[in-house]
Amino acid sequence: MFRSFLPILSIQRGTVSVHDLKPITALGGTDPRVDTVGSVTLTENPGLALASVAARMGREAACKDHLKSVIGAVPGPGECQLNDPEAGFWMSPDMWMVGAPFDTHEDLASQLKKRFGDTASVTEQTDGWCCFDLRGAGMENVMERLCPINMRAMQTGQAQRTSIDHLGCFVLRRDPADWVRILGPRSSAASLHHALLTAMQSVA
Amino acid sequence: MIINHPLLGPRDSAEFTYMGDARLINRPDWQADDAVAQFTDYGYLRDNPAGAHRELWFHEGGDRSWLVVTRDTTTHEITNVELARDVARAEGRSK
Repeated sequence: MFRSFLPILSIQRGTVSVHDLKPITALGGTDPRVDTVGSVTLTENPGLALASVAARMGREAACKDHLKSVIGAVPGPGECQLNDPEAGFWMSPDMWMVGAPFDTHEDLASQLKKRFGDTASVTEQTDGWCCFDLRGAGMENVMERLCPINMRAMQTGQAQRTSIDHLGCFVLRRDPADWVRILGPRSSAASLHHALLTAMQSVA
Repeated sequence: MIINHPLLGPRDSAEFTYMGDARLINRPDWQADDAVAQFTDYGYLRDNPAGAHRELWFHEGGDRSWLVVTRDTTTHEITNVELARDVARAEGRSK
């Protein structure tokens, strides 16, 4: 491991100063990437805090009560509860993802853990995912080229996990219905962005 | 091929991964006197039926659930799909 012989405060700014750290988005930019092709716009969304909530065995009912008090409902399979500031969607049996604005809920997982106590296992998910918002007329034409779920049958307030370009992604249909949110693995953000952009260009 | 997921409805089989004979969820007791023989059977011996076959499918590109799918190996017709969790619990093996 590299060790500097100098105390950290004596390292000059502009060389290797630790004070120059800047947050970057999943695609590596300082600002979120926005791409418009034809009538659809793809926006990188870095402002989302995420945490998963998995009910512990035998504590399912108590966990669901907490979940309802946080996001207003207990989403069933394939459902999404669009709510402010905390929202959530069903991930798998007895497991949900809760999302909230990063600016106000950076510590979402610890907030939820305090509330859920030992009724659920809460896992920080913010940095595991990248988020893209795809909006505009003809959004369905883009999505049907990307994944096997039936986007035209999907309603506002539904959420599905599916494969986009071999990546496991969550697809959430939002309000208004020409808006879909895609959560994909953050380490493959650029690959997912490439797939989305290629499909947008195929439609235009 | 379409797999009718018990919770999510009909889903494209491209979202799933085949994980072998459904009997693989019946793992032998490692403390049994004949544990080595049981694990040898468990690890190596499979039936190869021409007809109905119970098998495990993992919904990898979906909700990550494990399913027990009854599929006809000669026609690919799927007659039953259950959550592996429910199958195990029905056999009293889930604590």
